Amino acid sequence: MSQRAAVLGTGQTKHVSARKDVSIAGLVREAADRALADAGCAWDEIDAVVVGKAPDMFEGVMMPELYLAEALGAVGKPLLRVHTAGSVGGSTAIVAAHLVQAGIHERVLTVAFEKQSESNAMWALSIRIPFAQPLVAGAGGYFAPIVRGYIRKSGAPLDTGYRVVLKDRLNALKNPYAHLHQAGITYEQIAESPLLWDPIRYAETCPSSDGAAAMVIGSERAAEACERPVAWIHGTAVRSEPTMGAGRDRVNPHAGRDCAKAVYAEAGITDPFRQIDCVEMYVPFSWFEPMWLENLGFAEEGAGWKMVHDGTTALDGELPVNMSGGVLSSNPIGASGMLRFLEAANQVRGLAGEHQVPNAKTALGHAYGGGSQFFAMWVVGSEKK
Amino acid sequence: MRDVAVVSYAQFAARNEQSRNEIEFLLPVVKEALAPTGLTSQDMGFTVSGSSDYLAGQSFAFVSALDAVGPWPPIAESHVEMDGAFALYEAWVRLQHGDIDTALVYAFGKSSPGDIGRVLSLQLDPYLAGPLWPDAASLAALQARVLLDSGKASEKDLARVVARSRRSALGNPHAQLKGEYDEAALLDEPLYADPLRKHDLPPITDGAAVIVLAAGDRARDLCEKPVWIRGIDHRIDGQALGSRDLSVSPSTTLAGRKAGLGDIGGGVDLAELHAPFSHQELILTEALGLDETRTRINPSGGALASNPVMVAGLVRIGEAAARLAAGDGQTAVAHATGGPCLQQNLVCVLEADK
Repeated sequence: MSQRAAVLGTGQTKHVSARKDVSIAGLVREAADRALADAGCAWDEIDAVVVGKAPDMFEGVMMPELYLAEALGAVGKPLLRVHTAGSVGGSTAIVAAHLVQAGIHERVLTVAFEKQSESNAMWALSIRIPFAQPLVAGAGGYFAPIVRGYIRKSGAPLDTGYRVVLKDRLNALKNPYAHLHQAGITYEQIAESPLLWDPIRYAETCPSSDGAAAMVIGSERAAEACERPVAWIHGTAVRSEPTMGAGRDRVNPHAGRDCAKAVYAEAGITDPFRQIDCVEMYVPFSWFEPMWLENLGFAEEGAGWKMVHDGTTALDGELPVNMSGGVLSSNPIGASGMLRFLEAANQVRGLAGEHQVPNAKTALGHAYGGGSQFFAMWVVGSEKK
Repeated sequence: MRDVAVVSYAQFAARNEQSRNEIEFLLPVVKEALAPTGLTSQDMGFTVSGSSDYLAGQSFAFVSALDAVGPWPPIAESHVEMDGAFALYEAWVRLQHGDIDTALVYAFGKSSPGDIGRVLSLQLDPYLAGPLWPDAASLAALQARVLLDSGKASEKDLARVVARSRRSALGNPHAQLKGEYDEAALLDEPLYADPLRKHDLPPITDGAAVIVLAAGDRARDLCEKPVWIRGIDHRIDGQALGSRDLSVSPSTTLAGRKAGLGDIGGGVDLAELHAPFSHQELILTEALGLDETRTRINPSGGALASNPVMVAGLVRIGEAAARLAAGDGQTAVAHATGGPCLQQNLVCVLEADK
């Protein structure tokens, strides 16, 4: 019963530390206008709007989509607001895709954003709840022990993370929308940057960004009417597991493996390394690239780091990862997952610009959130499945 | 569209749940809703919830609530930062794909620890309206004033809504405010936020609700009397208060039309309207074109009797479905709202199994 759907157009803002020149409404409108222009469609052709963002305390506005209804052209239309932690940008795109795949709408606008400069995300994440385990200061404090667990289990060389950062920040130089443009960045600069949460160094962390991402997702009929290339959605999947539990493997989460299995099954992928041309994955701290390579089935358990060292995941490698520069180069939190999905779509549309992977036909977009417990993924292709 | 039915419903509501946190009071409600279906949360094709971080005063409040479902092994799950009724809409969409047959929907919220009136003012435009900190009751009072000035309703009408709500709530074990009240005596009460009196406002309620949905034949396998969703739609109005005619609810009217409310010949038997303030029930009744002599409005007592924020909309669908399943009518309309002054509205048309 599920019908075909495709990404008809995408838009994003230039990600920066503080967009003081625009309100939250101005920020999301900028990305949405670009997505509509790219899709070649007018505001009155949009049937519904799906908004995603990370916790409301990151801006200090409760359910900000209500106030954004006018800016997003949603008045008189259905508007949904998704929130699934860091995976939200991906989950939001999936909810939008489902509205089309279920045959309910022809064209859905989906928008995700974060305007971190309006508040302070690190402390919004560090509220001490009585009788609950403290999450320590910020996300890095939570994830560092998981990275140490990975290093101990896999025996990965300690500079694996540095190499991931160097690759992603060099890729970001080819992406005009990326927040960090560090021309001349060197391995030594990364290795010598301050140690924040052992083994994570300052240079191995994502920036705090203001930014928005938007996509127009449409039906087969809407896609066929598009002048520019579209990205066909071959599969979508979400999976969640608890924050705490005796059986959890936080290094290689069960939910991530299940989610990958589900999205590959729907997309008809049996050998992800051979069949997927490039990947945009959610890597907020450098070490998550090798960890997710294993979790997503591109490498055997404990061997993901080798793909970093041998250049497999470089822009000109066999499986390019985070061609856009990834979360390590731009992190408007709520939009970060959607940016992965959006970049995957642009790759198969052949519209990724300077960071285009030649002849990319099939791409994976990946997002995760919470304590490595929420996963959202999609596989997009240049051809109909 | 694929036929989807409400096959089970459970709720919890309390004035001030001090001894348990959200997860602790949600867990037994999940169990209660699943029990009659014989299914576990692991059997569900999809799980989706609605809640708000700002009620818990904590980022990611929904994350630990997932423990009430027990997502191990991992499950397909999503969350909306909206009333649970909108989570139910997402589940209904997901069931249209045809690859899964069941979905678990839940909502929870604890309003009692904070100042809910001020918390809700954070929903306003953060640059222009929010800094004025107008609380929810004051905004509702502005809307009530516009309605009264339009001549479409009087203060007596507001008192009539309150008296009926509390009388109906006598039959609802989850209702907080119930009893026989004299309309004239209600009008003798002092004004709280002109033209509203304290009884025109909803009570503060902590609560949770859970609905199990199933599609097609699976619904009949799982329960004797599935209640079918004949149509469901939601729409939003702009927020800027100065640009809206607050005496009407165009998004409710549109959602009702898109949900096929007009296709029910002769009107529905009952309506559960999510009207936290008395005058809002009048606006919604008009917006949906309901005839009070034909349709029983808020037989549960509605949100004026019990108002767990983020849950009360899902409760309307559950209450309407439970009444139809009990043979209390053949057709119903359930409504949920979000945002200041009825900004966003969902309409769900329900029909008992024939």
